[in-house]
Amino acid sequence: MEPSLARYIWTHTKKQQVGILMIVVLSMIPYFMSFDLPKLIVNGPIQGGGFEQPGATQPFMRLHYNLPFIGEVLFFSGFQLDRTATLFALSLVFLLLVVINGLFKLYINTYKGRLGERMLRRIRFELVDRVLRFPPVYFKRVKSAEVATMVKDEVEPLGGFIGDAFVQPVLLGGQALTAMLFIMVQNVWLGMIAAVIVGIQIVLIPRMRRRLIVLGRERQLTARALSGRVGEIVDGIGAVHIHDTSNYERADIAARLGLIFKIRFDLYQWKFMVKFLNNFLAQVTPFLFYMIGGYLVIQGRLDVGQLVAVIGAYKDLPGPMKELIDWDQARQDVQVKYQQVVEQFTVEDLIAPRIGALTIDDPAPMTNPLSAINLSIADDGGAMLLNRISLQVKPGETVALVSTATGGAEALAEAFARLNWPDSGRIASGADDLLELPEAVTGRRMSYASSDVFLFQASLRDNLLYGLKHAPLTSVPYDGAAADQRRWNVDEARRSGNPEHDIHSDWINYASAGATGPHDLFEAVRRVLDAVVLSRDILDLGLRSSADLTRHTELARRIVELRAALRTRLEHEGLSGLVAPFEPGAYNKEATIGQNLLFGAAAGPELADRALAANPYFASVLKQAGLDRTLYEMGMEIAEQAIELFADLPPDHQFFQQLAFMSAEEIPAYETLLQRLKNRPYEAVSETDRAMIVTLSFAYIEPRHRFGLLSDELMSKIVAARNRFYENLPPELQNAVERYDPAKYIAAATVMDNVLFGRVGNNHPDAPDRIRSIVYDILDELGLYAELLDVGLDFNVGAGGRRLTGGQRQKLDVARALLKRPDFLILNRPLSALDQRMQDKVLRNVLEEARRDGHSPAIVWVVTNPAMAMMFDRVIVFDSGQLVEDGTHETLLAGSGIFKELLS
Amino acid sequence: MLLKDEVGMLQRVPLFSGIEPTKLKLLAFTSDRVSYSAGQILFRQGDEADAAYVILSGRADILVNSDSGPIKVAELVPNSIVGEIAILCNSSRTATVRAASPLEALRIRKDHFLRLMKEFPEMTIEMVRVLADRLSHTTADLIDARSAK
Repeated sequence: MEPSLARYIWTHTKKQQVGILMIVVLSMIPYFMSFDLPKLIVNGPIQGGGFEQPGATQPFMRLHYNLPFIGEVLFFSGFQLDRTATLFALSLVFLLLVVINGLFKLYINTYKGRLGERMLRRIRFELVDRVLRFPPVYFKRVKSAEVATMVKDEVEPLGGFIGDAFVQPVLLGGQALTAMLFIMVQNVWLGMIAAVIVGIQIVLIPRMRRRLIVLGRERQLTARALSGRVGEIVDGIGAVHIHDTSNYERADIAARLGLIFKIRFDLYQWKFMVKFLNNFLAQVTPFLFYMIGGYLVIQGRLDVGQLVAVIGAYKDLPGPMKELIDWDQARQDVQVKYQQVVEQFTVEDLIAPRIGALTIDDPAPMTNPLSAINLSIADDGGAMLLNRISLQVKPGETVALVSTATGGAEALAEAFARLNWPDSGRIASGADDLLELPEAVTGRRMSYASSDVFLFQASLRDNLLYGLKHAPLTSVPYDGAAADQRRWNVDEARRSGNPEHDIHSDWINYASAGATGPHDLFEAVRRVLDAVVLSRDILDLGLRSSADLTRHTELARRIVELRAALRTRLEHEGLSGLVAPFEPGAYNKEATIGQNLLFGAAAGPELADRALAANPYFASVLKQAGLDRTLYEMGMEIAEQAIELFADLPPDHQFFQQLAFMSAEEIPAYETLLQRLKNRPYEAVSETDRAMIVTLSFAYIEPRHRFGLLSDELMSKIVAARNRFYENLPPELQNAVERYDPAKYIAAATVMDNVLFGRVGNNHPDAPDRIRSIVYDILDELGLYAELLDVGLDFNVGAGGRRLTGGQRQKLDVARALLKRPDFLILNRPLSALDQRMQDKVLRNVLEEARRDGHSPAIVWVVTNPAMAMMFDRVIVFDSGQLVEDGTHETLLAGSGIFKELLS
Repeated sequence: MLLKDEVGMLQRVPLFSGIEPTKLKLLAFTSDRVSYSAGQILFRQGDEADAAYVILSGRADILVNSDSGPIKVAELVPNSIVGEIAILCNSSRTATVRAASPLEALRIRKDHFLRLMKEFPEMTIEMVRVLADRLSHTTADLIDARSAK
């Protein structure tokens, strides 16, 4: 990158910089005209100059010029106006000039702002582009948070500076020079004094600023290190808590903040010191004028008029000088920042842009063998991971890499994936060096998965399809406002040197997954998920989440059929007792009283959980149904029982998980409430207290809690209240609840709850598992299995995929590598988080899936257990960075080498 | 059957007979009421032990695997407890328990059981007494068996 900020700005904005300068110069004309006008107004119409006779008129807007050789030329003789009319006319001209000046200022500021923002966009993009092209080794040394803070914060001030980068010095320098010249013309000696002082300012101030620059650089580095550390704490929070090192981290952060404070305070002190000196020098000049100039006047060598003119002219000097010095300060500040960032982003062995160039058309398959030729790889400490290895993997071959602890097979797999660059020797595809092939070839025809998985914070689907998003394949038709917006986007992207690829285009390369479009991609997805044994986990996620009905319409459409199928199936297997279905006219004993009353899913906060009892409409329904008092008494009974059972336990006791009515923290509050309300008649209890007590009864399930509080009469009253609630539901609550309707899908509930449409019995310990497998069967029978899998694929995997287990992440990574049907599939201990049995199963599935439909990719698998090597055509054994054995499983087994030793 | 009836049932189990009713009520409340139909398996030999069961009503068979298939070694009647040894010893199930009729039981989870023992020493002492009693019976049986040879 260009090391000098000024040159960088000039290269990319010279046209605009010249343009803005012209406009600024142009804006000077009305600016100076507006200086002259007040004098005209005061001298002319107000004081009556030129209007001495009553009724006298003056020409207005008379245009005449004295041209050389031709003499006076009259363009326009003007309007004749009397005194009052002239006053109005001139005042209006003044107003006009004010408007014009304002507009100029607005335009110039907007122009500068836009210029700066475009450059900021360009720099940021260029930085991220470089990150995308850094060689792999760089990422071992840099903290992600530091890079992020450089791209985001450290270049930010550049945007504000760029608009002023050239205009400001030209303009202010011009003003200062004019004032200087004027003084010189008045009196050379006084001019010299002013020049000397300005000279001192120009020499001394930048010298003093050097320390400011050093401090500024330190400030930037310490701040960057701070954000790196904060990032590290966030990423390593588990380690912090495990080792009780949070106070060590606190101390570290406090020490860093202390250092930053010290640097910043030093910086302020210096800054104000410099400012003070600067101001002092500026003000000492008039002192010299008065003293020396005065002395010269007394001596008679200078007349008073000259002195007054010099002092008057000097008034115009400090302003531009001060601004110029401020500009210089800003320049140095951003220059330091820029240099710091550029230094960090100037890296050797940057990947050439052509390697990552956008390629729409798919490259031809890689039909050449992949070879390592005299390949040596050392780790950062210089220890040899691989020492002059030569081997060749032919297309279609399946190879197991078996390695002792120091074998180096992982390094070879990483080298095949271009994640680890050779120190000597090379990897070649046919005759081409692998590192010279464009990523469009290696990223589409080869695939890699390892135990170290990175997932993006997006849905499972996005992560799975990530490996197919190489290029924007469709051009999205835009119309109306969207088309304008798109044009603007493209235009602005070009002006800032950004690419114009449309992020809204369909980037998914269906063909490489063996599909033709979105409609049949799912088949491929399902197959790879089955292969890595991840489908079941995703189905479970799907069942537990609520479906997005705009995408998963089929589930909602066939919900009645689904529910009926489940009932029939349960009856058929004699399991009807496992589920108590919701029926609009009956009480569901396995559900809570609250659920039975509301008989719907709360879709907003108004009727959810604790808010239900406090809702005025709901309370009024309870009252009309004659339930308010009953439920209050029930709540009192529950409170008494709960407190009797739990009051003695410490708040963190695990038994509290069993207590559905209240949390451990609420027990003391309920204890005092109970004391207060015990002998008080119901009528005397306040609304809030009633709600507090009634809400306890809402969580009650008779078969589970077994307090014996539910009678047939109460149940029928509750069902009656349910109907009453929906009959007069006020409009503001219409959207707060979705009533359970056997014929309707409930958007706010999970898929499982929708299919079940009831509650699983509390006294069958294995019921949830049995029901779940029945639900899967039914979904499969009705052809809705795919839909449910799709619901599960909406699951957001969280930052770095942390909402998935380690095993699930690794399986997803393998599925992603499989999905693009590569010619070379490199797997580097991809399933290390799984137990051996599961690894074997996935290994068999993956080998089979990779070869489906007559495909025969080469598969290179670094195995975690030598026994797995049996499944491969060829076995290569590594020990201490050397290739020690190479052959079929049988031959190696028959020999007496390391492989046999490893197996026994 | 309500919570208070369950407490009454628990009191009749020798292991729990010396424990205060309020503690038994807590034990009952935090346990799951489970029901099985005849033939259903409560747990299998070799499974990891995660709970003990107190039979409230119905009967169950204790079966042990042998070369010639499962052999019934004992029968459980109401008020008996089963599976408590395995959760105390952290061992796997030594036998299979199968419901012989519709069965109602109280399922006491292992962690709850151990927590209660830790918190209420009087309960632990009572349990040690019952177990020691059983051990001395077993020892006596062993001596009888040896001398009978």
